[in-house]
Amino acid sequence: MGINRRDFLKLAGLLGLGGKAAFELVLPGEVEAAVAKTQATGTRWALVVDMRKLTDKVAARCIEACHSLHNVPNYLEPPDPKLALSEDLKNRWQIKWIWSDVYEHAFVGFEQDHQWDKLKGMNFLLLCNHCENPPCVRVCPTQATYRRPDGIVMMDMHRCIGCRFCMAGCPYAARSFNWRDPRPYIAKINPNYPTREIGVVEKCLLCEERLAQGQQPACVEASGGALIFGNLNEENSPVRAALRAHYTIRRKPYLGTNPQVYYIV
Amino acid sequence: MADYKNEFGWFAPKPTVEKKIYSLKAVAVGLGIFLVVFGAPLLLNMGQVHPVPQPSLDTPAIQKLAEKERQCVEPTEWMRANHMQLLWDWREQVVRTGERYYTTSQGKKVLASLSNNCMECHSNKSQFCDQCHNYVAVVPNCWGCHLPKEQNVAKAEGK
Repeated sequence: MGINRRDFLKLAGLLGLGGKAAFELVLPGEVEAAVAKTQATGTRWALVVDMRKLTDKVAARCIEACHSLHNVPNYLEPPDPKLALSEDLKNRWQIKWIWSDVYEHAFVGFEQDHQWDKLKGMNFLLLCNHCENPPCVRVCPTQATYRRPDGIVMMDMHRCIGCRFCMAGCPYAARSFNWRDPRPYIAKINPNYPTREIGVVEKCLLCEERLAQGQQPACVEASGGALIFGNLNEENSPVRAALRAHYTIRRKPYLGTNPQVYYIV
Repeated sequence: MADYKNEFGWFAPKPTVEKKIYSLKAVAVGLGIFLVVFGAPLLLNMGQVHPVPQPSLDTPAIQKLAEKERQCVEPTEWMRANHMQLLWDWREQVVRTGERYYTTSQGKKVLASLSNNCMECHSNKSQFCDQCHNYVAVVPNCWGCHLPKEQNVAKAEGK
């Protein structure tokens, strides 16, 4: 008599002991129904990137503005050359809140055999999409990452245990893990904003500390009009006007996360 | 029956083993070394009196304030006992609810921020914070992320 591991796992799955995952197997669609519905009132922050105005220079300025303001470490070119990392680690350890990448990488799933020439190799400015249904929030075991009522997907660094489930969950690779103390890799520390510690995940927070003071996000301010920021629920907001007037695309909308960064191409 | 013994010895009476500490000398020496090492901090500090920390309130930002306004967000006695709870509450309030201001018991609105409010007046972290924390061996992990600004302030004052 007895039960082997395989049978036990099967039984556990049936009894719902496997948690949400097992639940999903038994009653498909249950989890999908539980995620947040789009709200129509209040504040819903969103960003529109006007790719016609976004040159590489403007993108670099946006990235610089964000990264210097938020003490984002630069693992690619550390201030002290002695701290330089190997090529492999540079790639793996890179911390990015806002970065740029080519169309082919950013818009996976949009491929066509014959497409608009201009899109080929076009550099897009990428950042956290502050999704309506953020998968990172669903998988976070400590609720260190959560969605604010105004749509910002927030990080609570005090609660983050560095499990990196959110990184696995995010389909946009918008989250980075601190593999080591970032402070030596920050060229000039902004004393008014905290740095991060080793072992936490960080990401773009849509400059929520600037929004609280009634300012625009740093990248929007530095972009000189290439980035448009505003409240989606407000009829006359600049984002709504931009979305009304232009055709826009979003990254991987077919995944159902409902990303809120739009690109005018 | 009790004496019945098959080849496995299942029903054999339990063999008696003499109870004795083997190599008593080595054990005693090891135990002695352990006690000395373990007790060294206690023995070395026995009878010594460590001065009670006197956190310094003498910073330029505090000196600049008028005598009447020279107080923290809450009364000093209360702050002494509850500053950790206050900081914990601020942290929850600011990060989780997005409410950045704290209303003091006197009805004043202050910015709920360790780096951008507390450390503005108490810019002398080593004199103000560390003294007591070291004395009671408390290591708050705030400083892993939040910047004490101490060096910046010292630089600005030309020290």
